[in-house]
Amino acid sequence: MIRLDHVSHRYGARDVLHDLNLDLSEHRIGVVGSNGCGKSTLARLCNGLILPSSGAVSVEGHDTAKDSSAVRSLVGFVFQDPDLQIIMPTVGEDLAFSLRPHRLPKAEVAKRVDQWLHAYGLQSHRDHPAHLLSGGQKQLLAIAAVLIAEPQVVIFDEPTTLLDLANKRRIMDIVLRLDQQVIVVTHDLEFLTDFDRVIVLDQGRVVCDDRPQPALAHYRRLALGEPPVC
Amino acid sequence: MLSLYILGDSPIHRCPAWLKLLALALIGSVVMIIDSWPTLTAVLVLIIGAYVLARVPWHACWPMLRAMIIFVAIIAACQWLFGSAATVAVVSIRLTCVIMAANLVTWTTKVSDLVASIDVAVSPLTRLGVRTDRFSLAIALALRFIPVIAEQGRRIREAQAARGVRAPLTYLAPLIIKTVRMADGVGDALESRGADLRPVTTAGTPACPSRRAFVDTADHSG
Repeated sequence: MIRLDHVSHRYGARDVLHDLNLDLSEHRIGVVGSNGCGKSTLARLCNGLILPSSGAVSVEGHDTAKDSSAVRSLVGFVFQDPDLQIIMPTVGEDLAFSLRPHRLPKAEVAKRVDQWLHAYGLQSHRDHPAHLLSGGQKQLLAIAAVLIAEPQVVIFDEPTTLLDLANKRRIMDIVLRLDQQVIVVTHDLEFLTDFDRVIVLDQGRVVCDDRPQPALAHYRRLALGEPPVC
Repeated sequence: MLSLYILGDSPIHRCPAWLKLLALALIGSVVMIIDSWPTLTAVLVLIIGAYVLARVPWHACWPMLRAMIIFVAIIAACQWLFGSAATVAVVSIRLTCVIMAANLVTWTTKVSDLVASIDVAVSPLTRLGVRTDRFSLAIALALRFIPVIAEQGRRIREAQAARGVRAPLTYLAPLIIKTVRMADGVGDALESRGADLRPVTTAGTPACPSRRAFVDTADHSG
């Protein structure tokens, strides 16, 4: 479980998140809100990529400010732009990179890499330069590279924003089939209809925290400037 | 260099990465010592023989050869102004040997094998407190991101051309800004994937001011 305890965050003089108190324990959690409302900041706080200006964030009891290594082994993070996430020059090598902290024998690494390449239809691209993959294939590789490390929680920061419809569907299917807890930050409301919980952020505050149907209805009304229902 | 590994099963492909790196270092040193152009030509013939043995496809070779010919021709022209024909021949063949040998190594060796060999080679430095894993990671990152930055540059030039900007160097400032922003994103990815960029004390807290201080100023509030 991820717990945010009186968490606030600011960039310079600008307050982005205000006194959030959240227990994130459901299997699938969506986060929506307008641009600049603090969604990505919330996601990054949960992975320890940024630390709160005040308050505390913990993952399974590990404080992100004090035990970052443990937090990162528990929480995987899929970025919006896979080009920034893919570290190694070729597809197979990038998957193997995720296993470096596990210090596995070379044969075991090769076996796991093969399994994940096969699972994501990338087996014929094993030795291809990553920069030559299509946008959809890059996002698949970025997701596989996170999942191969077997995190307990996976955070997706707008994973479908740069994709066409077919690849968007494919990524949505993958996310919905994951056994791990997933937290998805997105503008794609259709993505969240089968989720367990949706959090609506507005100007750094939680303005609705509910099942998808009422929460998304609230967000739609908010976006249109109509009176809220939550 | 950036064309990277070309799949193959030749004797050169099967040769251990450390041996190829050692051979490259030897060739690089030897051709710098030799001043006789016939001897250098013999070394070049040996390298071309290694290309044949590696069965590197012509279509993969040609872009590199073309760039190399232009580069060597420029250097040769400069040498011609100050030296004899023999000096021009020595310098040109020397450069050709080194560039072709280096390309053969990268074409026939997976980056992961290169990186592992470099890790082993620099591992004694860990006793001096040097984070040797950063050497190999830096090489891998350069190989990965130079094509990405080149693509960014091409996009900026296209966007500027579409808006009628024709000055040749105006794309540099936006490219530098984009690259710096990209470096921040890549740093985040490295941290989130457990690359452990920061020295950590036994208490698990950052031992020195880290790049997190910079991350905090980057607005991710979307």
